Order: sequence, then C-alpha cells, then structure tokens
Amino acid sequence: MFIFMLLFSRQGKLRLQKWYVPLSDKEKKKITRELVQTVLARKPKMCSFLEWRDLKVVYKRYASLYFCCAIEDQDNELITLEIIHRYVELLDKYFGSVCELDIIFNFEKAYFILDEFLLGGEAQETSKKNVLKAIEQADLLQETKRSILKSII
Amino acid sequence: MSDVVEKTLTALPSLLSLDSQPGSAKLSSSSKLGNLIRGITELTSKHEEEKLIQRELLLIKEQVSSPNTTMRQMKELMVRAIYCEMLGYGVSFSYIHAIKLAQQGNVLEKRVGYLAVSLFLNEGHELLLLLVNTVLKDLQSTNLIEVCMALTVVSQMFPKDMIPAILPLVEEKLNHPKEIIRRKAVLALYKFYLIAPNQVQHIHNKFRKALCDKDPGVMSASLHIYLQLIQENPEGYKDLAPSFVTILKQVVAGKLPMDFNYHSVPAPWLQIHLLRILSLLGKSDQSTSEIMYEILDESLRRAEMNHNITYAILYECVKCVYTIHPKSDLLEKAAKCIGNFVLSPKINLKYLGLKALTYVVQQDPKLALQHQMTIIECLDHPDLIIKRETLELLFRITNEQNVTVIVEKMLDFLQINKDDHTTIDLVGKVAELAEKYAPDNEWFIETMNTVFSVGGDLLQPDIPNSFLKLLSEGFDSVEEDKKLRLFAVNSYVSLLEGGPSKLPQRFLQVICWVLGEFSHLREDLEPDVVLRMLAKLLDMKSSSSETKCWVLMAMTKLCSGGAALALVQDVSETYSSSLDTMLRQRAQELQILSQDSKLQAKVLPRSASMEPVEVDSSLSFLDGFVSEALAAGAAPYKPPHQRQEELSRSKALNMEPYGLSLPIGMSSCSVTDRQSPTLLSISSGLSGDSADFSHKGSSAALKLDGVKRLWGRDGYLAKKEAAEEAPQVEAASPVRSPSQRGDTDGSVSQTPTPECDQEKQQLASSLFVGLATQSSVCLMGKSEPTSQRFRRKPKASGGSEPMSNPLASPSDGADNVLPQNLLDSSDLDVSSPEQTHGLPQDPDTPNGSCTAEEESADPMAEPSAHEDLDRSRDSCLSSHLPAELSALSHSEITSLCSNQSLDVSACHVQREDSVVLVVFVSNRSDFCLQQMRLQVQSEELEVSCASDCPSEELKSHSVAVCQYLLTVQRPSVHFDLSATVSWQLPAGSPQTAPFSYKLPLTGFIRALRLSTEEYGAMWLAYSHDTKLNLTLMDDDQDPLAATLHVLKRKLQLHVVEIIGVEAIVACCLQQDQPCLMHCRVHAGMLAVWLRSPVPDLPDCLLYHCQRALQEP
Repeated sequence: MFIFMLLFSRQGKLRLQKWYVPLSDKEKKKITRELVQTVLARKPKMCSFLEWRDLKVVYKRYASLYFCCAIEDQDNELITLEIIHRYVELLDKYFGSVCELDIIFNFEKAYFILDEFLLGGEAQETSKKNVLKAIEQADLLQETKRSILKSII
Repeated sequence: MSDVVEKTLTALPSLLSLDSQPGSAKLSSSSKLGNLIRGITELTSKHEEEKLIQRELLLIKEQVSSPNTTMRQMKELMVRAIYCEMLGYGVSFSYIHAIKLAQQGNVLEKRVGYLAVSLFLNEGHELLLLLVNTVLKDLQSTNLIEVCMALTVVSQMFPKDMIPAILPLVEEKLNHPKEIIRRKAVLALYKFYLIAPNQVQHIHNKFRKALCDKDPGVMSASLHIYLQLIQENPEGYKDLAPSFVTILKQVVAGKLPMDFNYHSVPAPWLQIHLLRILSLLGKSDQSTSEIMYEILDESLRRAEMNHNITYAILYECVKCVYTIHPKSDLLEKAAKCIGNFVLSPKINLKYLGLKALTYVVQQDPKLALQHQMTIIECLDHPDLIIKRETLELLFRITNEQNVTVIVEKMLDFLQINKDDHTTIDLVGKVAELAEKYAPDNEWFIETMNTVFSVGGDLLQPDIPNSFLKLLSEGFDSVEEDKKLRLFAVNSYVSLLEGGPSKLPQRFLQVICWVLGEFSHLREDLEPDVVLRMLAKLLDMKSSSSETKCWVLMAMTKLCSGGAALALVQDVSETYSSSLDTMLRQRAQELQILSQDSKLQAKVLPRSASMEPVEVDSSLSFLDGFVSEALAAGAAPYKPPHQRQEELSRSKALNMEPYGLSLPIGMSSCSVTDRQSPTLLSISSGLSGDSADFSHKGSSAALKLDGVKRLWGRDGYLAKKEAAEEAPQVEAASPVRSPSQRGDTDGSVSQTPTPECDQEKQQLASSLFVGLATQSSVCLMGKSEPTSQRFRRKPKASGGSEPMSNPLASPSDGADNVLPQNLLDSSDLDVSSPEQTHGLPQDPDTPNGSCTAEEESADPMAEPSAHEDLDRSRDSCLSSHLPAELSALSHSEITSLCSNQSLDVSACHVQREDSVVLVVFVSNRSDFCLQQMRLQVQSEELEVSCASDCPSEELKSHSVAVCQYLLTVQRPSVHFDLSATVSWQLPAGSPQTAPFSYKLPLTGFIRALRLSTEEYGAMWLAYSHDTKLNLTLMDDDQDPLAATLHVLKRKLQLHVVEIIGVEAIVACCLQQDQPCLMHCRVHAGMLAVWLRSPVPDLPDCLLYHCQRALQEP
C-alpha cells in the first residue's frame, strides 16, 4: 500500500501531495521538508530506492519534476517505479505531452486522475484506457452541461 | 512570465471549471488562480510569499463566508485554497465550506468539493461526520458519476463509527451492472476492513463473489482484501490456493484483455499481487506449495524481456520461491535470478539483488559466497543506500570468525553516515553482534565504547541497559567476569582522564555506574581518585542533571572509604539545594550514607548488584498514612481514566465517542520498536504485518528484571524518547584504538590497482570466512545460544523471543468468528444451499415474504378452516413443544403461513441464556410431504439450527418441530427473520412458501445482577450512551418505584439501587453485553441515561422502555 505520494520540482516546490494514512499537518510538513531535501541531494546515477527513516521511498525524476512515493515494507519497489511511470503516462495522455506547468495550473485534474488510478493507496485500475475513460466521462458531463446551459441562455 | 500563463491557457482550453459561465467571466476568474501562481513565482523571498498568501487567504476567507458566493465561485475558491494548503499554509477555515460544496454543488462542483475534503481532512477529523449524509445521498443517486465520487471519497476516508450507516448501500453496489462501480465498492469495503474489520465480517462471502467477477478490474481489486485477510490468517484461505494459481496461469498466458498489458507484459500488477498471496499461502505448507511450483517455474521462464516490469515480477517470484516449501530446481533458478540482479549494471537492480540476497542468505549462506566480490565492491559504492544494504547483508552472515571485520565496516559507515535513523539502527546491530560474537574482552569493551560514543544520546535505551545487565549478571565463569569488569573499569578510567567533555550523556551514565559498582576490583585504584574524577563530571557544563544523578549515585557507592569525605560533603551540600528534586534526593542520600558506613554497606552491598531488589509494589507501608489522610477528610485517589471521565462529563459537549475512534495503534506500536524510534511508524501500524513487527520489536522490550534499582527509575525512558530529536552527536569516536583505525585505512583503498584487488581478495576471505560451514552462520533471531560468546543468562535471553504482536491479536480473534463453513467449501460458489448461517439473501429466496398479519387475509386460505385452527392451535401446538422448553415461558404461537398442504406456526422461547425459535410445520394434506426443508435467516441475528426437523418426510396430519438458536449480532428494536419452507407432494413439483417472523429486542434482554460498586466501574468504561426523558407512572406514593416496577416486570431489568430520586438499573443482552441505566426524577419526568459498550443497544432499549411505560 502506498503511504503517500509527493510531486515536487527541482527547486523543492511541492506540486502535488496525496496522503493515504492519517497524519497531522505538522508531521506531513516535517516529512515533506526532510524527504524533499534528501531526494534532491541525491545524484542522478544513484539508486531510486531509499530506506528513509522506517519507510521505503521510491522516487523518479521526469524532466523538472520528482515523483516520490513511500510504500510499505513488503511492497515491491520496481512495480512502484512502474506505477509512477503509468501515472506519468496517464498525465501525458490526458494533457498531451505534459509539462510541469500543466500540473501546476491544473493540479486538481492531476488529482482526479490520481484518484482514478490509485484509490486509498492501492492501484485501482491499471488499464490506461479505463482510467482515462472514467476521467473523460466526468469531464464530458461538464461539456454537456455547458452546452445545455448555453442553449438555455 | 505572462507567456507561461498564456501557454497553459491555450494548451488547456477546458481549464478549471468556469466554463458554465460564458464569456469574460471565464478569463477573469481563471486568471485568479493563474495570477496567484504567477505572483508567487515572481517573488524572490519566502517572506514576500508569506505576505502574498496571507493576503490571498484573507480574501478567500471573506468570500467563502459571504452568503452571496455562488457554488460555482466556491469551487474556484476551493481550488485556490487547496493550492495555498499545498504551499504549507493553514486553510482550516475552508474545511467546512469544502463539505458544503460537496453537499450542495452540482456534479462538477461536487467533484471539487469531494477532492478538497479528501485533501484537507483525514479520517479522524470530526468535520467528516458532516459528510456522511452527502455520501449517503450520492450513493443513492441515479447519476453514475455521483456514485463514483461518493465511493471514491469513502475509499479514502470515512468515520469508523458511521460505517454501518452506509454499509448496506456499498454492499448493494457490488451487484451494480457497471464494473467501475463494483470495483470502487470493493475498494471501499477493503478500506472498511482496514479500519474496522468487525464491521464487514458478515460479508466475507461477497468478497468471494467479487473474486469471481467477470471483470478483471473488479477481481484484482478484491485481491487487496484477500492479501490482507491471508496475511492475518493464512490457514483460513488455503482452499483458495488452487483458484489463485488458476488465475495466475490465465494471466501469464495472456488471457486478459489487452488493456491490462503494460509494456506488453500481461497485467503485471495482478501477477505481483497473486505471487504475494501465493507466497503467504505456501509458507511452510508443502501440499499447498506443490500446486504452485508449475506456475512459478513458468513465471520465471516467461519473464525474459529486459524491462523493469519483468524484473519486478521476477523479484516477486524469487521471494515467493524462497518463502514457500523449497523445491531444489526452482531454488536454483531463483538463485540464478538473484545473481543476475546483483551483477546487473543497473543500480536499482543491484540494490534489489542485495536485498534478495539478504533475504535468502538465511536459507542459503553459500549464495553470498558466490557473489562475494560483488558484495565487496558494493561495500565501497558511492551511494550510501547500496552500502547500507550491503552492511545489512553482512550483518546476517556474521559469525565468530568474521565479526571483527564486519563490525569494523559498520563502524566505518557510521562515521560518514548523517541520517539519525540509520545510525540508531546500525548501532543497535553492532551492539547485538558484539554481544553475540565478541572474540575477547578488550574488543568487546572497545566496540561498546564506540557504540556509546557514536550512538550518543540517540541510542535506544535498551542497549546500555542490556550492556550493564550483562556486566552485572556475569557469565558462566567468575574469573572471566572479573576480567571483563576490570577491563571496563580500566578503559573508563583512561577515558575520564583523557577528557570526558566530548562523551555523550548516556555513555557517561554507563561509565558512572560501572565505576561505582566495579572500580573496587582494581586494587591499585583508590576510591578517592575515582571520586575526584566523578566530581569533575559534576562541574562540566554539558552534564545534564540526569547524568549528575548517576554521578551522585556512583559517589554514594564509593564514599565509604572516608578519605575524600570533605569532597563528598562539599558535593552533597551543593546539590541538596538543587531545584531538581531527583538531584536533591541523590544528594541527601549521599550525605547520609557517607556519614554512616554501616548503613551504606547495608543499603548498597558490594558485588551484589545482580541480586534483585524486593519492591513492595502495593506500597502497603503507606496504608496507615492513607487511612489517616482519608480520616482527615482527604479526597480518595482516583485512577487517571476516572478523572478523565469526570472531567469530560463536566464539559458541556461530550466528545467522547469521537475521541475513541482515533487510530490508537499508531502510537502504541512505535514506542518500543528499535527499528522505528521516530514518529514515522505508520507502516507497521497500519499494515498489521505481524511477523515482521514482532521480529523487529523483539529485542526492543525493556528488560527490567534483576536490574538494580537505579536503572529502573521512573521517567527515565520517557526522557530519552523525548531526546530523539536532539542534534546528532559528533560522529568522531575518540575511543577507538589507533591500531584499529590504521587497519581500516589500509584495507580499503579507492584506486583499483592490482594491490587493491589483492586487498579485496583478502577482505573477501576475512568477510566470508566460516560461511562454508553452515552451522556457524548467524541468522538473525535464530542463532543458537551456545555460539554466543557473551551468553546471557536464560531469563535474559528469553526476552529476544518473538513476542506476540498486540496489533495482530484482535484481528486474529475477529477471523475466528467467521462462519467456518464458508471457508471450508472448496469451490467458489457463493450460494450453495447449505450455507444458511447468517448469510443474508440467498439468491434462491424470493424477497416478497409475507408477514403473519397479511397471511390471515390471504384469499388463498380457506377462511372457515383457518378460524377453527386459530382457536385450537395454541393448545394443540404447545403440546408439541420439546420437553426441555415446555416448562419455560413462550410467546404466543402465531400462524405464519398456511395453504392447502401445510401450515407453519412459530413461537420463541426464552431460556436463561438464549432465545430459541420453535417452528411447527403441520401437514394438513392427506399425503405424505417429501423433501420438506426449512431455511431461516436474518440480517441482525445469527440463526443456528438447534435441532432440525427430524426427517424430510412429513406424514399426513402430523407436526414437525424445528428449533433454532438465535444470537444477536447487531442490536435492533425488532428482529425480522425471513424464512422459506420447501416441500414436495408425492406426485408434484417442489413448492416453496416464504414466511417471516418478528420478535422484539426484549426477548433477548436479561436482568444483570450487580453491586453498586461494580455498576460504578462499568459505567465509566462504556462509551455508547443515550439520554431521554420518559413519562413517570401515575402513583401518588412513589412514582419512581412504580415506574421501575413496570420496567422490571416488562423488560426484566434489574434494579441495582434506589437512592432518593435516583435509581440505577442494569440489564444485559445475551449475558455478555451489558447495558446500564441511570434514572432520575426531574420536573415530573424520568430522566434516563443509558450506557453500553454495544453501539445501538442503548437506543433500542430506550425505545422499549418508552413502549413499556406507555402501554397499559
């Protein structure tokens, strides 16, 4: 199970945070601060897995963004890397060659996609098609609503 | 920067949600977030950012609370609030508005509302209760998107206490035609299982149905639940192993839709999940393991492609192969796989290879030998993570022959490591190895010196604790003990002479204790000299008051000589006026004992440190004092929980039920665990991974037995815990001998010259010595006591046995009460007709059952015959009551269902400890009825068959009697039982008739006989309560007594005591579920307050009290 997922930039700015366990804001801030520092200090050729405190942390850098997940002890590190990758693929497909700015300005969309992909810390739907279908359906609703409204106006 | 915004806007036309308003509004409000983001990126200092955000927050705050803000604007405000929160600013004012948005907005606004709620709140938050109704409404919505959103939020967080409110709706969704809804419902149930396993106990059969779902997504979602269930109780699910193997086979063979492929590997997530489940099921179970060999072999063979995803599967396969019952050719293949990982140039794979090696080296130490050169290389790897993992591996293969080299490597690592968590962990391991395999005294003491100085004050308290215990208890030979102690004394004297100011406090405390206890062993050392050294410690600025206490205690032990009396007097005078009470007490002790050497010898006998101190834990010597104080009018002592209770009761709002729902497991599991001294113990707390946890935690428990008084002082541990955040103590170790350091520098060189290679070879031979002879390998936690050099006495070593895991036990208990027959059925068929045990809704059962009242108006029945029967039924049928029940009171026998061929009636009988439902089936026809069967079930009751119908045949005009034992699972005002009877006429097709029976809660209520004291204790322990005002009975003399009398007669309540206008009453539901009632006459009404440990019971009982008092 995922414990949390953080997205942050090379400058250490947090772009997305999703916590799957109940923690106080203070703890969250402390973990975020320290983990971001630790990950940023690592060199590019180094291992993507960390044993950080008593957590297993898996991170990967895509362009200027770091995707960083904490998982439970018995979880598989490599598959976690691929989950990160799948998420990036999903973002890419949805936004169309995604960049950091897409995520900054549309972070709520990024959250929607994440919730459709990982639910309660577990991979919910691994089929790319199905995830995007679900998101598009919700988005579509917005389109139709708008057109109805327009027709009323 | 503006072009940045523009880019985003053009690239994303559907940005945000302002679309429902046409025209200019779209641009302006979309740029609100845009402006904010742009504004922030333009700033240069943190201070400016803070100012900007505070301004923004004020704006948001003003707008969200304005009544004119539309939901559409609210949605946009929430997005901004989420953004501010991500930047680390508190937006708690907007939480309630997020909930409101989820409640009142249209679908799109709702979506943002739910998102904000899931990001802002966590499952313990009290505002979450306000979301329950919204979720309820959305779950019932006809709009799929709304249902999805509700399920999504429920799977992430939901107040534990409110689960019963939505559970039926979520369960219903398991049958939804859309697979996305079914999938989310399964995950929601998984979440419920994690936070409140007993709430979903009764739907375990539905999990099976989800496992058989035709949609692979739903099926794989159900695996999350199974992984969890199997982790907790592998024995209960062995029958599913063949099914999991079959699923895996199909997946591996590519039978799933192409959508589930990931880089042309079929459903890797699913594969890994299944492999994990299989390894749990096959662990130390040969027969179950055998059915998986084939598919494991296949998986190992298939995963050939050079991609991370195949390595992930391989890694899981290898772990599985080494976990289940071994099979040699699979082990060989797995070992080869590990080799490929270790030798891989990819650093991630190398790391996992090392991890796998660490994992398997317990079973196969020779595998480490094969890869020794790679391991040596990894030991010098620039990435500390790799290095650290290598040390972990070495730790597992340590034995007497290689311990010095391995410990040296670990200490080297500690010098460069900067992470506190790793330091604590590694220092603990060094101490463990030193204790087990130390080659000689000198090495042991020096290594421990390094441990203490490197570990500093971060050290887990059990390390100095067990070290001192080891010194004081000694080993088998007295001579050896003396040598070791003497060596320690010598070493510490030289340390103190060399300047103690750099030593960590914890180490100084150890030194003080050892010198106080054993310095007399060194004959050339005068106590005065030691006293002077110790006195110096008192003058050091860095010494904490705790250390000073230790110093004073050591002085107390040494002061008998008399020569340094002046110094001792001086010291004790200085500190007897200290503000620290502990210090003051020690100073007083020192003063008194230094003047009276006889008393000193009696209180602190020399070389008797291992004698246990007798402690009068009941403090009986204070009894006189207490009774005097009580007589003088002092308040009696109340335990903390009672005080807390009274405090909370005096508050206006009783927040108690919410307080209990906090995740208690988290804090309790982290404290003693050496592996996780920081607050970050979440993983172990939530996963409930029992094996791992108990293993890690085993060495961390504090062993206090037999340790001298000064060690077990209260508050000591607590203080150390608080010190965990103290900055790390300088890593330099002043105590390592120069020769050792020289060795290190010589053996590890950075440049790869031929000499270096040779050195590596040498290192390898010293590291892996003794591995070929398997017996001497140290497996963590499995080492034989005889191979340890410093063997602790038996009672001490008992502490390293794995403890029972407090987290795992309750859930184990919960699993035991699962209906066992479900788990035994070998196929996955959910609705086999035999399973009537409390399983709601057998698909064969028609839903439209008719009640007894409706039945009497049934046109199908012959009216005249019916009436006749009615009159005579009771007397006639009651003669059929079984002998053991006929003496007991039974309810009126009611007819439930009748037709041409048979007539069903029932009553319930109240026994002392249970309620029995007696069903009479009378054959009215002239034929013999065949294959007569009854099925009875209920949502709230557990129905178990006490005695079934004697036979399936029912002769003409005879009566069959069936008995069912009823047990309450969930209190309810009334319990509905739905049942079917099926039969067959000699020449006819099978027929069924449904009927239902209703019985009130009162049937299950029994008097609970208690004393007032017991009542008081129980009252405080219960959390579910209800209050209501009831009408009093009309009685001129004593309305209270009259009212209680009615309750006693009608509901069988037990009146514990009546004091003036107050009374306390007790009863219980089925013997073990008490409910307490407190009544007070107030303003012509009876104010009743009920409490129980069982949710809903007070409410249901109150209803019946009300009824009892209203009815004549």
